[in-house]
Amino acid sequence: MHALDRKLLRDFKRLWVQGLAIALVLAAGIAVILMSVGMSRALDDTRAAYYDTNRFAHVFASARRAPLSILPDLRAIEGVAQIEAQVRAYAVLDIPGRAKPATGLLISRPEGEAVLNIPLLRSGHWPETNSEVVVNRPFFDANGFALGDELSVNLNGRKRSLTISGTALSPEFVYTIGPGALMPQNETFGILWLTAEVMDASYGMSGAFNTLGLALLPRTSVAPVKAQVKAVLDPYGATTPQDRSGQQSNAFLDAEITQLRVLAYVLPPVFLLITVFLVSMVMSRIVQLERSEIGLMKAIGYTNLEIALHYLMLAGLIAALGVGIGWLAGSWLALAMARLYAQYFDFPFLVFGVPLSVYAWSAGIGVATTSLGALRAAFAAARLAPAVAMAPPAPPRFQTNLGDRAMAALHLSQPSRMILRALLRWPLRAGMTLLGMALAVAVLVASNFFPDAMEEIIDSAFYQSNRQDMLLLFDPSAPVSAVEDVRRLPGVMQVEPQQYYSARLINGPYEKLVPISSVSASADLARVVDGTGQAIAPDPSGVLLSDRLASALHVTVGDSITVSFESGLRETHQVPVTGVVTQFFGLGAYMDETALNRMFRQSPRLTNVNLTLADPGAAEEFESQIKDFPRLVATINMTENRQSFLDTLSQNILVVTTIYGILGTIITVGVAYNATRVQLSERARELASLRILGFSKGEVAYILAGEVLLLALIAQPVGWALGAGVASLMTSGFSSDLYAIPLVLEPGTFARASLIVLGAATVSVALVARRLNNLDLIAVMKTRE
Amino acid sequence: MSQDPEIVFRTEGLTKTYQTGDVQVHALAGVDLTLYAAELTVLLGQSGSGKSTLLNILGGLDHPSKGRFWFKDRELTEASDRALTRYRRDHVGFVFQFYNLVPSLTARENVQLVTDVARAPMTPAEALDLVGLSHRMDHFPAQMSGGEQQRVAIARAIAKRPEVLLCDEPTGALDSKTGTQVLDTLRHVNEAFGTSTVVITHNAAIQGMAHRVIRLADGQIESVRVNDTRLAPADIVW
Ligand SMILES: Nc1ncnc2c1ncn2[C@@H]1O[C@H](COP(=O)(O)OP(=O)(O)OP(=O)(O)O)[C@@H](O)[C@H]1O
Ligand SMILES: [Mg+2]
Repeated sequence: MHALDRKLLRDFKRLWVQGLAIALVLAAGIAVILMSVGMSRALDDTRAAYYDTNRFAHVFASARRAPLSILPDLRAIEGVAQIEAQVRAYAVLDIPGRAKPATGLLISRPEGEAVLNIPLLRSGHWPETNSEVVVNRPFFDANGFALGDELSVNLNGRKRSLTISGTALSPEFVYTIGPGALMPQNETFGILWLTAEVMDASYGMSGAFNTLGLALLPRTSVAPVKAQVKAVLDPYGATTPQDRSGQQSNAFLDAEITQLRVLAYVLPPVFLLITVFLVSMVMSRIVQLERSEIGLMKAIGYTNLEIALHYLMLAGLIAALGVGIGWLAGSWLALAMARLYAQYFDFPFLVFGVPLSVYAWSAGIGVATTSLGALRAAFAAARLAPAVAMAPPAPPRFQTNLGDRAMAALHLSQPSRMILRALLRWPLRAGMTLLGMALAVAVLVASNFFPDAMEEIIDSAFYQSNRQDMLLLFDPSAPVSAVEDVRRLPGVMQVEPQQYYSARLINGPYEKLVPISSVSASADLARVVDGTGQAIAPDPSGVLLSDRLASALHVTVGDSITVSFESGLRETHQVPVTGVVTQFFGLGAYMDETALNRMFRQSPRLTNVNLTLADPGAAEEFESQIKDFPRLVATINMTENRQSFLDTLSQNILVVTTIYGILGTIITVGVAYNATRVQLSERARELASLRILGFSKGEVAYILAGEVLLLALIAQPVGWALGAGVASLMTSGFSSDLYAIPLVLEPGTFARASLIVLGAATVSVALVARRLNNLDLIAVMKTRE
Repeated sequence: MSQDPEIVFRTEGLTKTYQTGDVQVHALAGVDLTLYAAELTVLLGQSGSGKSTLLNILGGLDHPSKGRFWFKDRELTEASDRALTRYRRDHVGFVFQFYNLVPSLTARENVQLVTDVARAPMTPAEALDLVGLSHRMDHFPAQMSGGEQQRVAIARAIAKRPEVLLCDEPTGALDSKTGTQVLDTLRHVNEAFGTSTVVITHNAAIQGMAHRVIRLADGQIESVRVNDTRLAPADIVW
């Protein structure tokens, strides 16, 4: 081994604590890259592979009842490669031995092979007789079914017992979420594949279909196809065809991938920036300390390039350590993520791992980052004239300036003056140290606000807006008298009818397909609540929009929009926007119930009923009776919905805040420890002289620790502001049509962040200050700087 | 037929001016000098007289402000940094007052620093043997006395078999006894290998062991004296 390489390794061994402190910051950046970029790619690739092999459709359409005879017209649309027509319906399920009702999405299974959205059989066989059914695997597992078990399905008012002949997964239901649910509830929502014959007979659909999937030829633009499909289906009660972005399961996957990508843009740059600064600070100091060695190497005949490379390689070792740790931590995080995904997403195979290419280029980024940091120092080493390098460095020039006069006026002690003077002498370094710790605070603020935001969401969505224990969805033909029938069921306390209509809201080029719900003046269970918790009633003259819907449509209060209803009478009306309200889930639109009925020239109706139950004991009795209620299509247990949402959340929030707490601590330790070490190295002589002059250990420690701790204090408000900025950036990045995260910044969030950073800074500084105890006064004074 | 001794260094009006603020310091103010191969030259002069400056320029560590100088037949006045690095690597050995050993490398590794890049070096063991430190090879600088460290520095300087050895106050940080050992080593190298050697010193007594004694004052040559008989370092009175 070359002597120079040996020096490199020994130097690194001597500096390993500092090197490690920097490497950990870099490692945090690399780990987050691996997790966010890696897992978003993994999820994307896994999904693509699944969609590809199982021929996930590109366009999804539905109609009330369209004859099969129009299929050739649909197939003839330019760009359409394949189509598949099915009959689908929601139905209430009755699972033997279980009081709770469940809801199923029934899908007709055509004879022969499926051509699109091909479900993958996981066990058993496809229904061969009309009394067999295949259910989706998660539903099967959650209910502890076995093949051959029976369950009853309310098939359009006729209860029928079916035998489970197999289980399957489908690319349409990677994220399987029932109507009105917030997250997958596999126990109470299932996908059921029945023979086409049963479905046709039960729903009066022989020779007809109500659901259509279309696969397009490569490079076909989707919009014209959607328009033509709509035109063909329109006479048969079509809803607006959706592309993949409007397919629910796919949209959830999109939202998850987007979240990961936002994380990749926001977090790693922070860690990399701090790494650049730390490497730069430490390497500059090393080059300063090794001036005479550099001079010597030049005298011996080493070239400038060899010397610059020597110092770049020292930084390279930090990169190697950081990348190594980052890979390990990142792989672990990615694995944890993959496990989480396995829990929420129903893929037929494991979610792919982080692609190797991401490992490769994350290492490249690591090396580039430390090299960038070391560049200035390496240049300085290369540029150092050999003759100058051999001479001791000139003492730094201190000048009396405004600051000094201010310090004199303040009657600061000499040690305090030394601290302030050093701050003013190296303003860039002080500034970067401050920024580093401010970023640590920011990372903590930007992550710790999540629990508060979630609390706000839960409070607003569950305890203010939707206070019902249960939501019942009815067939449109259900009479309004159903409310009274529900009221008479045992255990029922409050009952409120409501109407949902699917509608296209259009403002010029902007349009969204959303549910419009009716709100009655007396509504108490399903209300619209504004930011202050005040229930607001939609003005009878128009429509009330959720804020994200209003901004997606580019409308504000007073504008007029076109509302094209896709259920009910399917009329189109011009309606003014009379209000905008902040909401976190979905894209809600609301109209006054009486106004809605008047607009449709109809007597009161209902599509769903909200209700509360007297007490948990009553639920069982109620549930066993509701299963057979006529024209009931689906039941949604809101209490369970809330609970599973809260459970998942509290689990994840603990993990997330712990991880971010560690990240914030790593940054702080990296910055504070290194800044203080460099201080000690630069001022060892000065501090030793002070000790010889009679200053106490405490006073000397104060001078050493003071600068960094002062910077840590100033960093707090800066970090709060930065953190608020980052948090707002993340909330807007995370926002999708499905949900939004509010920006809720409580004083406690800032306090917690500051506590962690100040604590970590103090410990780091104290670790270095302990070295003062071993300061060999005589040796320090003897050594030549 | 008698041959003129070969010339190693020649300077013409060598000048070095430093500008510090408004003050101009003439570290060298026109030095004309010739040094001969295989000689041991001692450079004397008061502090600030320009000795180090002259040595640094001859060694290719610094550029003159004016004037010209040659190493053998090669003019180095306008040489680029790259050429000077090459020149140092191939021809020059340096010894400094503060040894300038790399603290994280052992004696052997400090010498190896040179042998790694030299063209036809001796082994680090050979070089250390020459300065009588074979038993200290694997010690770190912090584990050695000042004299031992300086001898390691000399071993490092001679390991590449340089044509010239430039020593800036090699005994400056040493007591007289260790100083004598170091001088002995230098003289031994000079005699055994015929290495042209220049030694800067504040100790006028050392001049007895030199072939040639040059005295600088205010950046100019005050006198040049050639010794006919040389003293052994042990006989020098400090
Ligand atoms: N980098 C520099 N900048 C300004 N002036 C310098 C510099 N280096 C040397 N000088 C000045 O040049 C003059 C000669 O310096 P030099 O180091 O050659 O003297 P010296 O004879 O080696 O002295 P000493 O015996 O103290 O080592 C001195 O006056 C010195 O102050
Ligand atoms: Mg000198």
